[in-house]
Amino acid sequence: MKKILEQIRGNKWLQLGLLVGYIALTSLSLILAQRSVAAFLLLLLSFLLLYYTKLPNWSKWAIGLAIMFFILPFSAMQGPAYQEYMDVATLVGIYVSMALGLNIVVGMAGLLDLGFVAFFAVGAYTYGIFATAQASNFMPFGTYPLSGNSFWIFIILGCFVAALFGVLLGIPVLRVKGDYLAIVTLGFGEIIRIVFNNMDQPVNITNGALGLSSIAPPKIFGIELLYSNQIYFVVLFILLFIIFAVRSLEHSKLGRSWKAVRENEIAAQAMGIPLVKTKLMAFAIGASFSGMMGVVFAAKQAFIDPTSFTLLQSINILVMVLLGGMGSVPGVILGAAVVTILNAQVLNELTMWFNSLSTAGIITLPDAMSPVKMQRFFFGALLILFALYRSKGLIPAKNVVYDKRKFLSEKGTKKRLQSVAAPKEDEHGNTGS
Amino acid sequence: MAILEVEKLTKTFGGLTANKEISLRAEANKITAVIGPNGAGKTTFFNMITGVYKPTSGSIQLRGKSIGGLKPHAVAKKGISRTFQNIRLFGPITVLENVLVGMHTHLKAGIFGTIFHLPGVDKEERIAEREAYRLLEYVGLEEHYNDEAASLSYGSQRRLEIARALATKPSVLLLDEPAAGMNPKETAELTGLIQKIKQEMDMTIILIEHDMKLVMEISDYIYVLDHGELIAEGLPAQIRHDKKVIEAYLGKGATEEQEAEG
Repeated sequence: MKKILEQIRGNKWLQLGLLVGYIALTSLSLILAQRSVAAFLLLLLSFLLLYYTKLPNWSKWAIGLAIMFFILPFSAMQGPAYQEYMDVATLVGIYVSMALGLNIVVGMAGLLDLGFVAFFAVGAYTYGIFATAQASNFMPFGTYPLSGNSFWIFIILGCFVAALFGVLLGIPVLRVKGDYLAIVTLGFGEIIRIVFNNMDQPVNITNGALGLSSIAPPKIFGIELLYSNQIYFVVLFILLFIIFAVRSLEHSKLGRSWKAVRENEIAAQAMGIPLVKTKLMAFAIGASFSGMMGVVFAAKQAFIDPTSFTLLQSINILVMVLLGGMGSVPGVILGAAVVTILNAQVLNELTMWFNSLSTAGIITLPDAMSPVKMQRFFFGALLILFALYRSKGLIPAKNVVYDKRKFLSEKGTKKRLQSVAAPKEDEHGNTGS
Repeated sequence: MAILEVEKLTKTFGGLTANKEISLRAEANKITAVIGPNGAGKTTFFNMITGVYKPTSGSIQLRGKSIGGLKPHAVAKKGISRTFQNIRLFGPITVLENVLVGMHTHLKAGIFGTIFHLPGVDKEERIAEREAYRLLEYVGLEEHYNDEAASLSYGSQRRLEIARALATKPSVLLLDEPAAGMNPKETAELTGLIQKIKQEMDMTIILIEHDMKLVMEISDYIYVLDHGELIAEGLPAQIRHDKKVIEAYLGKGATEEQEAEG
């Protein structure tokens, strides 16, 4: 057994073969079995297996994209639970994006934010207000609701409005650090929710506690995107953009300055990094991801009210980041997926299973013990276990490994950065290559 | 020519005067040492120059332009860089990345350029990586470029701090007790490195140090602080025999004994 495992570890072609076999098997079982949550989850697990194979990066992406765009929707399509599966997959996409946003703030810049859902709410209301008749209450011009065609512009608008709120929150809040910052952001999150709850008077902007209903669904080429299987692709595109952006930022000038500020503010400043600006950038970029997904969420649900944006949601997103691994992009993606799937599917299915068992008279389970109601207990226990045994998360953050051959030999790098007093080239030039 | 001129710099914390009217001139391409017993106010003095503390009164001029009261990152941008008495590296990131952070002010990449990989951004990164690697070679840490900074030995961490400070391409380099905690061999290597930086990079260096052997060996000019006040200044040979300085370090009795012996 050990020998076989070692062989698999060493041989990437064998890995590829096994992976393809696994994907084929799980997707086939998803097609054949009428309602098999297990098959669906096992198919999703293939992403994790893919991550751990030794294949080159481009082929990992190619296989991953193939699963996301074709294999997953196609195999789910065959059964009666199609929309349910796609709904879960869409939710996973939304939460992964938010967790990636929060990961920039908490994981990379080290600013504990307990009110992150506020930006999600800002995005959702930005679209919600203008895609219902609500906006006609206070807008002096234009006719409302705007059609679903405007959805695409609102994704970008939601991104910028949320970023703006990130900056507005940041300016007063960033004077405090650590625990104090957590408390202030927690307050901010609640304030936003309460403001949305009460902004129906004197001018009705948010429709208060009643919420906004029949929000226009997104529309493209005259087709209304009403179902989860359609929204899924919208979420997928935004998510891919966000992953791409986070990956680029992580090892850039900005990403490094976030980490520097996180590790040592005084040293970071001494290196010329402006503290406030760098932190504001983290807040704004993190918030913008959340804002984009807020717009999608409003369009998907067609109904939003302040209760969708509670403190518990913020904590939920934070749990995803902690569970996955602070500062680790693959980790946070996994953490968000695990938490969302547990929440949206596994606990529901388990409850249904227990219920069917108890109606059949096999076991008796008090109502209070049903898995759905024990949700917080499970997450609490999970967090304690992780704090004890895997404090750096499912996939801990890793440093980028530089290849000196790459930057030493690349052509065109003879040029220097503008310098004041640089070491003289001729005395210790190309010694390392 | 004096690159950095400090005029009557004073800092009070409530009722405590940490620095009282200290004036200092750092000549170009010279090593200026600031020495004094523990608690003399040396680090406070450095913190004012680098903008960590705002001076209560007095002026700081870099090449004739005032930098007093600027924020630390603005001071760094003007060309003053420093190391810290208690090492302040970015522990969990790699040695090379630590130096790259030092290049911050020289990189032009904006947020959109970074996200969309606009031409120039990636190339700029490669150039920066290469320069950072060259600096690591300069201080002798190139083998560790992919290691976590926190995993380096104590002496190596001190040298990494110097490399990181050099990455900002400063015109004045402030070293706050660079030899603290080093064994004699490491101190000797460090002495060589500081001299090399001075000569090869035409660097103006201001040094806080307790290791008198090192100070006397490499300093061109020495300022002595005690209880927040400047008690002496001069060439190493003069400072070595300055009565006030010996008193400050060894107590009043020491000079009397010395006189009796001499």
